[in-house]
Amino acid sequence: MLASAQVNLSGVWSSRLDEDFPDRLAGPELGDYGGLPINAADRLRATSWNASLITLPEYQCRVHPSDYAASFADIRMWEDRDRDTQELVAIHIHHFAWATERTIWMDGRPHPPDYALHTAMGFSTGKWDGDILTVTTTHLKEGWARRNGVARSDRATVTEHFIRHGDDLTWVIVVNDPVYFTEPLFRSRDYVFNATGQIAPYPCESVTEIIRPKGQIPHYLPNTNPFLKEYQVNHGIPEQAAMGGAETMYPEYKQKIATMPKPGGAK
Amino acid sequence: MKTLFLAAVFGAATFAQEGPVPGNLANTEIHVLPAQGNVYMLVGAGGNIAVQVGHDGALIVDTQYAQLADKILAAIKKVSDRPLRYIVNTHYHADHIGGNEPLRKAGATIAGGNVAGDLGAAASEGAQIIAHDNVAKRMTAPTGQQAPTPTGAWPTDTFIDDEKKLWFNGEGIEIIHLPNAHTDGDSIVFFRRSDVIATGDLFTTTDYPVIDVAAGGTINGFINGVNRILDLVITVYGQEGGTMIIPGHGRLSDAGDLINYREMITIIRDRVQDMVKKGMTLEQVKAAKPTFDYDPLYGSNPRWTPDMFVEAVYKTLKK
Repeated sequence: MLASAQVNLSGVWSSRLDEDFPDRLAGPELGDYGGLPINAADRLRATSWNASLITLPEYQCRVHPSDYAASFADIRMWEDRDRDTQELVAIHIHHFAWATERTIWMDGRPHPPDYALHTAMGFSTGKWDGDILTVTTTHLKEGWARRNGVARSDRATVTEHFIRHGDDLTWVIVVNDPVYFTEPLFRSRDYVFNATGQIAPYPCESVTEIIRPKGQIPHYLPNTNPFLKEYQVNHGIPEQAAMGGAETMYPEYKQKIATMPKPGGAK
Repeated sequence: MKTLFLAAVFGAATFAQEGPVPGNLANTEIHVLPAQGNVYMLVGAGGNIAVQVGHDGALIVDTQYAQLADKILAAIKKVSDRPLRYIVNTHYHADHIGGNEPLRKAGATIAGGNVAGDLGAAASEGAQIIAHDNVAKRMTAPTGQQAPTPTGAWPTDTFIDDEKKLWFNGEGIEIIHLPNAHTDGDSIVFFRRSDVIATGDLFTTTDYPVIDVAAGGTINGFINGVNRILDLVITVYGQEGGTMIIPGHGRLSDAGDLINYREMITIIRDRVQDMVKKGMTLEQVKAAKPTFDYDPLYGSNPRWTPDMFVEAVYKTLKK
């Protein structure tokens, strides 16, 4: 028996950027890993990350992975239905940012074997929990938990919930990464139905921005990243809090921060 | 074509860091996954096998283990009813050449002209085994000495240049030698029309780069090799799609996976290089854990541990 849609999610949805705004449009600051359940290995990857990496041609058009793409711009959703039975076969999402498209299979098909290709969008299957569309995604390429060098591994599994309230859509994303997270990472994003919405193309062409020796990868050797203190000093955030970890996700951590010494030179 | 006439006694070519124990293979299944165009990936035990099929027959890249030969042939039959014509070996390790002898015997060469040479009709017996000359040197031995592999497993068609080109099943195939990387005899195989590259162990999604220092492998050769592969790939958008990559071990991949792998290798090389410049000993370098952030991804293979990888990097940078 094929799944039948409980609600119709088709149409253009405009992103509301108020939640986590600095993280999303302006972009996260260097050295801000707070609120992310990362382990020590991921912290070293993050502190080794050099923003110049994304000047390399092969990184310039790297798309946001599906578990991060919800943070940006508008989306279009549409359905594939079997012509004869009108059963729902798949739901598609087109993101404006980098024009990524993903398919959420609703026909009960299994996920591919572990030796199949991983992609930025991953392989997604969905089911209805009442009026909530719940999606499970595997086969993701390595991506990022925050676009300042915090990695999310290719072994992560993502669970999403699409919840429609009239013309509002809440999109909840739960990332389980057995490699780099010690607890699941939760995100929620809000969208508003846009009856006249259109989504523009998003071409991306890689170019050589900086002449470098072949194969050079910008990165910082351990304990040499000169930018890690800026965020701490500019915002009065203790180093321990800035470096993230599961504890920093919870509201009660604010009380612990209040007891910590502020970084030297804090404004 | 070079045909080898060296005497040999059966032995075992095993690089301890790679491949499961052949005795555990009875329950191994060979899975067939379409890669792209005329090329498929066979996944079983040992290194992945690439299979290219068409009217001319089948060409395979690497052969896993002899014990799996029947299952490999059955898997090839699922995608082609034509004879196995060519085997290409990416390097000499047992988990990539173990099935050479039985698979070669099951195939047939289209013989004649200089392919037949002095052998006459015998030249058509068995598939051709193509490999870089350094692979042949490591699988054979001079007359009177014990060879590490049986004569029937030896390459029958070797090349000493940077590249050997072949036209088969309507597409150009480049067998490209990448020197002093995983070993001193590595080749990748580029199926140009299908747009698929079989990398051998120049790329895996499961382990740190295995550098067989004793067989001429080096970290800088390895990185150069990976960069050469990246020169060949063309993506559809960003880092994805376009050229498909069949790694030596692990899942079907594309440029994005190889770019991440290149990033990891280069960063670790740079860290160890910095420590070498500072005069640190091997034990000090190991204690500094230059692979710490990648160990949860690549460090779980007990036959090729992070310390073994670091030691190989250190030794080849110190040379």
